[in-house]
Amino acid sequence: MSRTTTNQTRIEADPDLPVIRIVREFDAPPERVFRAWTDPELFVQWIGPRSIDTTIERWDARTGGEWRYTGSRDDFSMGFWGSFHEVRPSERLVQTFSFDGAPDGVSLETMTFEPLEGGRCRITGVSVVESLEIRDRILASGMDVGVNEGYEKLDELLARDA
Amino acid sequence: MIKGLFVTDPLSRAFAALADPTRRDLVARLAADGDATVGELAAPYDVSVQAVSKHLKVLEDAGLVSRTRDAQRRPVHLEAEVFDLMTAWIERYRREAEERFGRLDEVLAAMVSTSSTTESSGSTTEGAGSTTEGAGSTTESSGSTTEIREGEAS
Repeated sequence: MSRTTTNQTRIEADPDLPVIRIVREFDAPPERVFRAWTDPELFVQWIGPRSIDTTIERWDARTGGEWRYTGSRDDFSMGFWGSFHEVRPSERLVQTFSFDGAPDGVSLETMTFEPLEGGRCRITGVSVVESLEIRDRILASGMDVGVNEGYEKLDELLARDA
Repeated sequence: MIKGLFVTDPLSRAFAALADPTRRDLVARLAADGDATVGELAAPYDVSVQAVSKHLKVLEDAGLVSRTRDAQRRPVHLEAEVFDLMTAWIERYRREAEERFGRLDEVLAAMVSTSSTTESSGSTTEGAGSTTEGAGSTTESSGSTTEIREGEAS
């Protein structure tokens, strides 16, 4: 009996390379997870925090295609963009990622989808940035978002559901 | 996600200080062997004591190590609490990712019940105004969609 709450996200920061590795399992086959990642209508439902409206501006999920979306809340908005470097259905998705806050920065994101028994799958994401310094700042940025998003409220909510 | 990229707060300084392999090595040795003098720390390296001193200064400014004020030895001491804080910070990042994937779990679960109608939808959009409105209702119904998903998997 698998519950989604048992699927823990694992983060690894390589000590010597400007890389963040992220591993997560899902109670769904690779085909479905891949579709949630590449279908814009499904993508906007999970990519941003609930308090943020995500608006897709460009979305061409094919090898060589491009994407752009804006996340906005109240009077604040931020654009994110990049290319679909490779779209290999249900197996591999390679994208570049940039955002308005650091327009010269670019991250190369490779996502692999691996089938597991019982109609499940494991995704492994590898993000490569320009330097260890930038990587570590990205890791450290979690705190900023956490405060803004009011994790305390979320904690309360989760505690009530438990 | 990375809106706070350029904040220069203490913890960012700590991460930045550890971006250098020599400084990471110094920290690893202090963690393994306990307090040590600059001379002791510099001994295994093919660099001057001054260069190691400079590295230690960066670590000290970042709050990762401290120097005791008494005696001439002034051994370097590792501030273990800062590392706990750094672990906590990465945990924040992980939790943020976990939140995102939790939302994806719900979308995936909801896809099972609606797959027959959305299967043919294309993945190319030009200027479409898709928003996250209505995501809340997905959350509330996650209990029942979990059952549907598990039924389908068997």
